Amino acid sequence: MRPADLELATVIKSYGDTVAVRGISLKVKAGTYCCLLGPSGCGKSSTLRMIAGHEDVTSGDIVLGDDIVNELPPAKRGTAMMFQSYALFPHLNVRDNVAFSLRMKGIAKAERHKRADAALELVAMGQYAARLPAQLSGGQQQRVALARALVTDPQVLLLDEPLSALDPFLRIRMRAELKRFQRDLGISFIHVTHSQEEAMALADLIVVMKDGVIEQAGSPQEIFNAPATEFVARFMGGHNVLTVGAKRVSVRTDHVSLAPAGGPGKAAAVQEIEYQGSFVVVSLKAADGQELTATIAEKAFYAAPFGLGDDVTVSWDPANEHLLTN
Amino acid sequence: MRAIQDFFSRTLAYWQAAPMALVFGFFFLLPLAATAMVSFWEYTEYSIEPAFVLTNYSDAFDGCISSLPDLCTTFRTYLSTLFFCGGTWLLTLIIGFTVAWFLAFHVRTMTMQIVLFTLCTIPFWTSNVIRMISWIPLLGRNGLMNQLLLSLGIVSQPQEWLLYSDFSVLLAFVHLYTFFMVVPIFNSMMRIDRALIEAAYDAGASGWQTLWNVVVPLTKPGITIGSIFVITIVMGDFVTIGIMGGQQIASVGKVIQTEISFLQFPAAAANAVILLISVLLIIVGLTRLVDIRKEL
Repeated sequence: MRPADLELATVIKSYGDTVAVRGISLKVKAGTYCCLLGPSGCGKSSTLRMIAGHEDVTSGDIVLGDDIVNELPPAKRGTAMMFQSYALFPHLNVRDNVAFSLRMKGIAKAERHKRADAALELVAMGQYAARLPAQLSGGQQQRVALARALVTDPQVLLLDEPLSALDPFLRIRMRAELKRFQRDLGISFIHVTHSQEEAMALADLIVVMKDGVIEQAGSPQEIFNAPATEFVARFMGGHNVLTVGAKRVSVRTDHVSLAPAGGPGKAAAVQEIEYQGSFVVVSLKAADGQELTATIAEKAFYAAPFGLGDDVTVSWDPANEHLLTN
Repeated sequence: MRAIQDFFSRTLAYWQAAPMALVFGFFFLLPLAATAMVSFWEYTEYSIEPAFVLTNYSDAFDGCISSLPDLCTTFRTYLSTLFFCGGTWLLTLIIGFTVAWFLAFHVRTMTMQIVLFTLCTIPFWTSNVIRMISWIPLLGRNGLMNQLLLSLGIVSQPQEWLLYSDFSVLLAFVHLYTFFMVVPIFNSMMRIDRALIEAAYDAGASGWQTLWNVVVPLTKPGITIGSIFVITIVMGDFVTIGIMGGQQIASVGKVIQTEISFLQFPAAAANAVILLISVLLIIVGLTRLVDIRKEL
């Protein structure tokens, strides 16, 4: 395995008149867990498929290590893809699924079975080698798909919404496993998702996309603490987007504090109170018409509770105000 | 009252299946049983007597064992029928698979698929016999094909093998029955998840490798069903072989038809039973390749 950097240089993808990706540039260092995050139609899947070699690049370059790989077929790029619904071959057993790419290369049966079994051991699926995909649970199928992608020793693993087919409980468990595999293997994972929670939990590098361009790229902390644009602040959640003077700013909902009416700060009325366990979400409507949300620790809230319709004062430390660009 | 209700709800599935079972019983099983029964009757030039004799069967294979290694008429007839059956099967499979592949994987829009599919059915808008007769002006001694070949100087005299030959029989069969292959194979192909084709490409499979390792195995149920259609039709055919073979080529179906026209019903019934068993054997062999019930 030769971990390699991945670089996209003003990559554009258009389908006839519609432009899916509008010239994105991105550097992903070897061994990075990178999440492409955005709503559907933002171009994240097209970007992934161009890196994989399943879509042609309209213009721009995709560079893996020292090579421009635009013209190479997927198997020659050093990438491997894990498909959304896993795309396991239903007529082949688990071992033959994993060994498929080796068989296509003409590697002898004994050798390819050995390597397939090794890949299956890696994902703890060794004892299921003789089963058919239909006889496995969703989580097991995912591990087989992972083993099938890893058997080619890729430098970059591409994952297209890998967790979306799983139920919420399993999703969190498989999420942790993906992260662990990425750490152990030391290769880059490029993971497409529309769930900011998933991206925050997994990524070293989050790339937030909208309408075919990158809105912001950075570590989860950078993105969450200093969203660059209103879109990022809203999409990541946990932010109030407010107009202060002539500027648009964001303030994290947990940086907002509430006090009885009359104190220094913004006058507002309580619209809705949601109990979430360790914290309470209070929806507010300010006197100037802006809507705000405050998340307050359970203990703090019930020490001095507010009721629906109460008039309160909302305040925050100006240092927690982040300027947004549009 | 309660007991009657219970009885009906417990046996509901049987009542629902009953109409089809009745139709199937009356129009398929009963005639089949009658044929099997008649095949053991005795007949002479002027009479048919209920009996239980095996002479109809032994007559069908009269002298077949003693004359070996030379083939008796029955064996030669079966061999000829099997030749047409195998040839038609192979050609319809290759052409049908290719057409289905094109329709399923290369035609992008549903509308276009429906249009092209309908085009495939155009030959079925006229009767079987008319479609066969239409070959005559095309392939005959003074037909279009011979005129073309002559005028291009490819041949110096009219080609006889174009019509009333093994070639013309095969041609007519393939023309008539390729669509029976296309439909089930197309159906199987449409069920293949397109992500599997991409996954194969991702794994470095070439087009042929994807075809052979992914598409063909997943299309097996369709291939089997199409094969059953074609094989059963061709094995029992006597009209196509008769017309396109210029009444010169023997077939099992033709033998049975001749016996019926001479009112030798027991002999015809015995031959029909033998044919039925041979076709069933072929189909059992085919289904061994793929368990249809599992795949459906």
